[in-house]
Amino acid sequence: MKPGDRMRLITLLALTMLTAPAQAEFNGEQLYARNCAACHGMDGKGGVGVPLALDDFLASVPDSYLFKTIRNGRPGRVMPAFTNLDDEQIRAIVGHIRSWGPPQPSLSGSPIKGNAGHGKLLFDKHCAACHGANGEGSPGTGVTFSRPRDLPILAPALNNPGFLKAAPDQMIKQTLMNGRKGTPMVSFLEMGLSESDINDIVSYVRSFENENGAATSIQLEAETPVLVYESSYDFATTVENVKKAAIGKNFRIIREQYLDQGMVEPGTENTGQKMVYFCNFQLINEALAIDPRVGLFMPCRVTVVEQDGVIKVMSINPKYLSPLFNNSYLNRACNEMYDIYEAILEEATL
Amino acid sequence: MKFIYKGVWVLCALLFTSQLFAAQMIMVRSTQSFPEAMLALQSAIKQQGYTVSRVQRVDIGLTNSGYQTDKYRVVFFGKAEEVHELTRKHPELLPYLPWKIVIFAEQDETLLASLDPESFNRFFPDDDLGASFERWRKDIYDILERVRSAEN
Ligand code: HEC
Ligand code: HEC
Repeated sequence: MKPGDRMRLITLLALTMLTAPAQAEFNGEQLYARNCAACHGMDGKGGVGVPLALDDFLASVPDSYLFKTIRNGRPGRVMPAFTNLDDEQIRAIVGHIRSWGPPQPSLSGSPIKGNAGHGKLLFDKHCAACHGANGEGSPGTGVTFSRPRDLPILAPALNNPGFLKAAPDQMIKQTLMNGRKGTPMVSFLEMGLSESDINDIVSYVRSFENENGAATSIQLEAETPVLVYESSYDFATTVENVKKAAIGKNFRIIREQYLDQGMVEPGTENTGQKMVYFCNFQLINEALAIDPRVGLFMPCRVTVVEQDGVIKVMSINPKYLSPLFNNSYLNRACNEMYDIYEAILEEATL
Repeated sequence: MKFIYKGVWVLCALLFTSQLFAAQMIMVRSTQSFPEAMLALQSAIKQQGYTVSRVQRVDIGLTNSGYQTDKYRVVFFGKAEEVHELTRKHPELLPYLPWKIVIFAEQDETLLASLDPESFNRFFPDDDLGASFERWRKDIYDILERVRSAEN
């Protein structure tokens, strides 16, 4: 072996030895980047998800809380359940999140026995304004950037089965005692509540568990992904009918085009498939405030199709798409949109 | 008027709603600013063999009503032949085509999201559609991964 080669080999060996122990950490970072950063931000500062890189947060939650939150998610509250990751991968992600702040606290596992009745009174007075009358959490997603609203960070749902399963009583207590600096969640010790008051509130929050499936975790059920009506009018008349019906429901027609327009040479489009796009700014605004991803529903659209001499009008079924967002606050909007689509399709074919 | 295609789905809905809790959305964050990420997205779509058929603003008027960004677009894309073929064989898929990705600014960074085509398997239980969904899913992952890893 030439001296140069030997040198190279030693360097290579040294490099291998250096990188090997760092592997796990690297993994956690990479897994986080792939699975979590889209919502929680590369450095945990928040986005569609709430911030995770907060000293007060990390100082008050055990690793088991992070683990269970990732594994089970929060049904109906945007945070997905990561059933596709194995335990080791989740532990690596937890390790990465830990690198942003203090180590886990040593919390006793014993449940807190407070007066839930008194806790409810305190909850109504001190917590409901942000966390909802029944602990259902505030609407919207994690941190707001472009969407002005009351709370800069969303107040999590406390009645959520995912949260209640992950959070031990002592962690909830710590959170109420210390608050979370940098968020609207303040220390209720500093707000003048006693430790015994706080125990009562914790017991009340724990009692949400008996509700058996909080309203926030309910998903809409759709029988069909598409709404389809048959039209007895000719193609052109049906298109006009759709436009009239949409305008009648307070929408503005923003565009009318063949389905493959833009994909094929102009003039060679399939003229038997036409899309009518329409929108209503107020609806868009309301929906975007609940979830910035709802652009996937937009703009509203009805498609008119001629196939084998039959004219059909079709639309997506918003109730079918709603669960894909895992955001129960969208349910109402989707129910509403479902009714609107049905009405437009029906009117256009009547 | 006549409502068709209904009965079959009821059963599927009953069978599968319990699984719908999982992530059904493909999302990535780009550390690039909105205009750069937008360029990266369009070129990634082309590189993957698709045509961008339209870039739609849904936010005209949003800034007037107090919304602080107009950096929000829906990017539609597809392959003409595939769309023709699929919609001829499966007209029920029409309202969901062409496929789309939303892209919007979050301060200096950009977020991109698309529905996961595999989540459509449950409601369109057809073998050749299943193959299409799987391919789209891979393509969307590749497209978004390319945007995510695009250099500043
Ligand atoms: C001004 C609004 C506001 C009030 C009032 C408020 N909270 Fe919060 N709370 C928040 C926000 C925002 C967060 C999320 C903080 C973060 O980003 O980590 C939060 C977080 C929490 C958490 C942690 C939840 C989780 O998912 O990690 C608990 C538990 C909690 N609050 C309980 C309460 C209780 C009980 C009260 C009443 C004593 C209360 N909060 C009052 C806004 C509020
Ligand atoms: C689709 C967006 C999204 C993705 C992806 C996502 N989260 Fe979340 N996450 C959220 C939202 C929104 C919340 C707040 C839920 C609530 O209101 O109860 C949350 C809550 C959490 C919490 C509880 C925070 C607290 O204050 O108690 C943790 C921990 C967490 N997520 C970790 C992760 C990790 C780790 C990943 C990746 C494996 C991840 N999340 C992926 C949106 C997301």
